[in-house]
Amino acid sequence: MSATEQRHASVEAAVKLGLTPDEYAHICHIQEREPTYVELAIYSLMWSEHCSYKHSRPILSRFPTSGPRILQGPGENAGIIDVGDGWAVAMKVESHNHPSAVEPFQGAATGVGGIVRDIFTMGARPCVSLDSLRFGEIDGDANARQRFLFDGVVGGIGFYGNCLGIPTVGGEVYFEDTYAGNCLVNAMSAGLMRADQIVRAIASGPGNHVVLIGSKTGRDGIGGASVLASQEFDETLEEKRPSVQVGDPFTEKKLIEACLELLHRHLVVSMQDLGAAGLTSSSSEMASKGHVGLDIHADRVPLREADMEPWEIMISESQERMLSIVDPARLADVREVCERWDLDCTVIGEVTDSKMLRIYWHDERVADIPARRLADESPVIRTPSFKPAYLVDEPVAVTDSSYPPAADAGAALLELLATPNIASKRWAYEQYDYIVQANTVQIPGSDAAVLRVKGTPRGIAFVNDCNGRHCYLDPYRGAKAAVAEAARNLSCTGALPVAVTDCLNFGNPEKGDIYWTFEQAVEGMAEACEAFDTPVVSGNVSFYNESFGNAIYPTPMVGMLGVMDDVTRHCDARFKAEGDVVVLLGPPDCAWLDGSEYQKVHFGRVEGRVPDVDLALEIELQRVLREGIATGLIRSAHDCAEGGLAVALAECCIASGTEGGALTAAPPPALGAALTLPASALRADIALFGEAPSRVVVTCAPADAPALAALAAKLPLTTLGSVGGDRLRLSVDGAAALELPVAELHAAYESLPERLA
Amino acid sequence: MTAAGPHPVRIGICVFPGINTDHDTWHAVTTFAGAEPVWLWHKDTELHDVDAVIIPGGFSYGDYLRCGAIARFSPIMASIADFAAGGGFVMGICNGFQILTEAHLLPGALIRNIGLKFVCRYVNLRVENAGTPFTQTAEPGDVLRIVVKHNEGNYRVDPVTLARMRDNGQIVLRYCAADGSEAGATTNGTIGGSSPNGSLDDIAGVCNEDFNVFGLMPHPENSVEAGLAGGTDGRVFFSSIVDSVRDRVLLR
Repeated sequence: MSATEQRHASVEAAVKLGLTPDEYAHICHIQEREPTYVELAIYSLMWSEHCSYKHSRPILSRFPTSGPRILQGPGENAGIIDVGDGWAVAMKVESHNHPSAVEPFQGAATGVGGIVRDIFTMGARPCVSLDSLRFGEIDGDANARQRFLFDGVVGGIGFYGNCLGIPTVGGEVYFEDTYAGNCLVNAMSAGLMRADQIVRAIASGPGNHVVLIGSKTGRDGIGGASVLASQEFDETLEEKRPSVQVGDPFTEKKLIEACLELLHRHLVVSMQDLGAAGLTSSSSEMASKGHVGLDIHADRVPLREADMEPWEIMISESQERMLSIVDPARLADVREVCERWDLDCTVIGEVTDSKMLRIYWHDERVADIPARRLADESPVIRTPSFKPAYLVDEPVAVTDSSYPPAADAGAALLELLATPNIASKRWAYEQYDYIVQANTVQIPGSDAAVLRVKGTPRGIAFVNDCNGRHCYLDPYRGAKAAVAEAARNLSCTGALPVAVTDCLNFGNPEKGDIYWTFEQAVEGMAEACEAFDTPVVSGNVSFYNESFGNAIYPTPMVGMLGVMDDVTRHCDARFKAEGDVVVLLGPPDCAWLDGSEYQKVHFGRVEGRVPDVDLALEIELQRVLREGIATGLIRSAHDCAEGGLAVALAECCIASGTEGGALTAAPPPALGAALTLPASALRADIALFGEAPSRVVVTCAPADAPALAALAAKLPLTTLGSVGGDRLRLSVDGAAALELPVAELHAAYESLPERLA
Repeated sequence: MTAAGPHPVRIGICVFPGINTDHDTWHAVTTFAGAEPVWLWHKDTELHDVDAVIIPGGFSYGDYLRCGAIARFSPIMASIADFAAGGGFVMGICNGFQILTEAHLLPGALIRNIGLKFVCRYVNLRVENAGTPFTQTAEPGDVLRIVVKHNEGNYRVDPVTLARMRDNGQIVLRYCAADGSEAGATTNGTIGGSSPNGSLDDIAGVCNEDFNVFGLMPHPENSVEAGLAGGTDGRVFFSSIVDSVRDRVLLR
């Protein structure tokens, strides 16, 4: 009796694998018979939410995905953007939320490994990583588990990325109770390549070999995509630990070198990494795209555990494996490269003209499925949606009785600087190698990361961004603002935003109110992406981010690429010199308490409605920033985000005394500033700490102030004062609000490690 | 060897699997007029007539057993040991330093950082001995600002050897404060001060007794170009090697 006969397909087995009875009936219809167990396992993975995007596909079609710079849009392992001089950038972001919640170190590590494979599969050498992380609150005795998760995730990212020699140059971390049961780990990576070296994961040429390269296959990660990624968390969390894969960055490093050589020497026809659903998804997707069939002999796959069954082999998510299509005439060359890098290289099947994915086990056919049905024709589900009950249409009514103003603005500023969402993330990024590959121009801790493109004068900049709290209060406005803020952060470095990769983290899409927030967020993002001319080139949807029925904040994370013609003209947030004029670009009289860090930290509430971004104003603001930076007029630029104008100004002071940028000596002493916020209808504390989009603090030399005003003629522009001394002094409408030594601000800003001890 | 014509100084860059600053080191060497990088492969024994060898940083064999413990048994290491025994210049950076200690071409060992975490950080380094072939273009007491990035940079050596190393001037670099003070302050492996890893005597770089083998934990190959975050303070090590090779040719 063959191994496959030990398990039988049935409706019950299908449900156990995560399929619905309807889906099982549909499978029987496609197969024109009862499926084999191997077939059922394959369908269950390929039709899982994680692999099929069955709830999101109809909504995602709203995104703009093409443009003159876009060489490859969604549908491949990564999107590819032309960045000039014959160079292109491949980029993508992917979630590894559930594996990280179950096992933070390995979950995060394999998240990095997976996204990096997506990049080099396209022929690009991975050149940066960024990570967008969300945990529950980390302060206090009750939150030891959140500190454990944060510590493990940061450690795992460093363990994998550092070993690969890929600089982790940026990222973001937020702490909110909503993520306590379901942390978010979104790993983004990008790589550089020559624009004419793109390789697509398309199988072709009947008679060509199907070759598996890299690690042996084990039982790790079986059902990762269906069991882990496509279900909510409940009390069975601990039981899911075996579904988490274990990372081997050493093998991945060898894979990078070997695969890039194979691709650049044209020794392989095409290549695809084995990610979610392992051999099943890689083979069916390659076959479907190429309109060919693949015959796979599962018994030829090198194994870690000898007694594995064919269905396990087909859906194992063992890491560090690549599938490639090889012309028999090139096989000896492919073997030579793999042997040089001490990597397994095994012919496991061949390309056919059958358009069927056929699996063999010791020459017995155990699965025979139309490849197209698996990869591209999974069911589409559109949940009837409705607006969640908690949403309100109006901002909060701020009265002195409902929100009494902070008695001591200086104390409130220190409190905000020390809050984990604003405080320096040095503790985390010091565990990442951010300088390897010798391209890093701007180290972490600034608005965006900047790298040079070797051999050219050009720069590329990366950022990821999302304020989940704002998306919770208004998913449309919040998501739109996330795109605007990412673009603004790039423009603050002098880079022109050119493309987006996104990671859309939401709760259970089968719930109508969750689905509504998803629809709204995609609409907001799409409108902003159209306005900034930043097509969405790649991305990932992560649903079922719930624990015990509680969904996370809608968190549509935006990863963005920017380009600059002359990298020496990049800009950062540091105040540069005594006497420089400090200017606020953008509306001086707009700051909202709703959804702000001040509302959460000082008043312990999250409520109201967040402002809508004025995209026309935003586009003009960013044009002024880039032009002012390129001409040298603007000497520093920093976005006003969490904590409002006061925190942004404090950060400019603090940054002036820290390292980064080209260094030949120790950092200079930090610079203070004496600044006045103009009279407005805003209460003083809200003028200082309230939040709103489209506001950037810049500095220029005094002599350049008229030229800056001329450049920004179509923008609201407010001169706040000048840089100088070693204290930050702020007044509102002539009345002194706060005065603090920059050293004290800095100490509060660097206080995160104490909380993690 | 023929007369001291301006033939390029050939600097071998040894690649082990898992090394990840090989390309950075190659690129750094190309920024020096008169220097020429040459790949050396761990499975070979051939040194291709190089004038000096650099073992770059990274994670040879994943650092899975103990940093450098597997790489030291590679075929190329026997050739490098012979090369060093004949007076050839060998510099190990980070993992390269760890490999050289495992191979006993340098004294001591590098253990886990006292903070038990990977540390990527700018450090200040005081040049304690500017008379070595690897530091001759620096001045004694110069403070260099270079990035470290490692998990195992905590230098340890027995007291007798340490005393001899001090007497000989084999301690070439120490972590220090920005003004050059405090070097050697963290003698008992405490965290804090200027050391990122709890290194004994704040040691960041050492030579062998013959001063032709040198290892350091910081990454000078990422500090050779103005305009990048790494700055240019790493140039002295490369320029010193180039000059030392040229000096030696002239002496012949």
